[in-house]
Amino acid sequence: MGPSGCGKTTLLRILAGLETATSGQMRIAQRNPDKPLNSMVFQDQSIFPWMSVRKNISFGLECRGVDRKTTRAVADRYIEMVGLGKFADAYPFQLSGGMKQRVSVARAFANDPEILLMDEPFAALDEQNKLLLQEELLRIWEGSNKTVVFITHSIDEALVLADRVIVMTAHPGTFKEEVEIDLPRPRRIAELRQDPHFNQLFAQVWEILKDEVAKAKEREGYSFHRRERSALDDESHMVM
Amino acid sequence: MSSTAEDYRVATDQNTAVTEETVPRARRERRRLPLSPDRLRSLLGLMSPLALLLLWEAGVHLGLVDYRFFPAPTAILAETWDMLRSGELVRDMGWSLSRIFVGFFGGGFLGLVVGLSMGLFRPVRLLLRPIVSAIYPIPKLALYPLILLVFGISETAMYFTIGLGTFFMVLINTQAGVLNLDKIYLDVAKNYGASRKDYYLKIALPGALPLIFTGIELGMGMALLLIVAAEMVGADAGIGQNIWTARDTFQIEQMFVSFFLIALLGYLFAELLAAIERRVIPWKREG
Repeated sequence: MGPSGCGKTTLLRILAGLETATSGQMRIAQRNPDKPLNSMVFQDQSIFPWMSVRKNISFGLECRGVDRKTTRAVADRYIEMVGLGKFADAYPFQLSGGMKQRVSVARAFANDPEILLMDEPFAALDEQNKLLLQEELLRIWEGSNKTVVFITHSIDEALVLADRVIVMTAHPGTFKEEVEIDLPRPRRIAELRQDPHFNQLFAQVWEILKDEVAKAKEREGYSFHRRERSALDDESHMVM
Repeated sequence: MSSTAEDYRVATDQNTAVTEETVPRARRERRRLPLSPDRLRSLLGLMSPLALLLLWEAGVHLGLVDYRFFPAPTAILAETWDMLRSGELVRDMGWSLSRIFVGFFGGGFLGLVVGLSMGLFRPVRLLLRPIVSAIYPIPKLALYPLILLVFGISETAMYFTIGLGTFFMVLINTQAGVLNLDKIYLDVAKNYGASRKDYYLKIALPGALPLIFTGIELGMGMALLLIVAAEMVGADAGIGQNIWTARDTFQIEQMFVSFFLIALLGYLFAELLAAIERRVIPWKREG
């Protein structure tokens, strides 16, 4: 978590190999070299409009040259898991926003990477859809126990999903503080919200985040001015 | 789309007129009524050309239209029959079609490959863009004399001319189609480890298909235009040659038969392309 513009997305894109860091180094332990290192779930609509749901979910496997039969079996398993069984052959234009994001999540899980990278995947969804998808994500994740790096704006979402919440500072975005989320698993979102410990953690994270949000606000005028002057995205100046 | 609304209004008027009758009669009437909105629409589309042909025919008979330049449609129809029977029509069309297909497919395929490459890879784009921008605006017919010198008066010269015209139409539109793709799809491809082949076949080609079809349609029109002009000078058979000969021998009916033939080909190609397009782009039904 971190205030807007602190470089959360840039950090994730560097991890995903989509951006090169200007300085610093990154180390990722790869336990199984046969698996892809990471798969990203993007914030915006990112499933291919020209592929059916099944084709979209098969994308990673097909790129890796996994044989047809296995690909189909894996894809179908994840299609069922995200509840799109009836839509396996549908095209994205026939799906709602929540369904599209389910396809995106399923595509990443089906690729079976060491690490899943998620960039506010549910931010564009309405509240109810968001809750449903969070529950689904928890369910799928609990079956896989993968490392997930998940970016979010929402403290609620962070507490519900995470084991550790890392708060980043405002510009330049660096590590500020880590909070261990020791809520028991498997988690049920509705129950969690009544848990007094949940509220305690919420207050704790917000306390850490608050200063940074204020700082980011103060900087806004300055960085806006600078963005005007240079074409460079403010976020790309982040110090790692 | 405004015409659709109009069509509907016409159709509804018809229905109201029917229901105003006595009930049993109206029921009989409605069952006999062959005009579903769809049929009415296609009927309306037929009306203007039919009216024009009728006026034309009447004009010739009344001496209002100079039949030497604009022979009566019935005379043209008779000539079509003669040319069909003599085999001339089929032969000429065969020549022209074979030239169109070789040139069109050759040029179109190359245009597709180069267009995809230019859209996908910046260095390729930077390298080729100046040449493409320089040659694209030159009318291909302006180059025809040079092409004739290089290849001689031959089938190759015609293939090349048509190929050149199609090549640029398909290239420009394919490139635009790839460049128009949301950058996020390329990010996904990269993150999921797409190979070069995947970039071409899974991302660029299907993603750019709607614009590629625009390019193919324009290329088809270009091919028809070029074949006729090219055959006038550089061939001894074909639709274009037929038109030219008709001028020399003042056989205007024959000329008009060729006009109608070209129009028919253009129409058939467009319909064929539209059918293929619906089939290969099933995901583009959003509107």
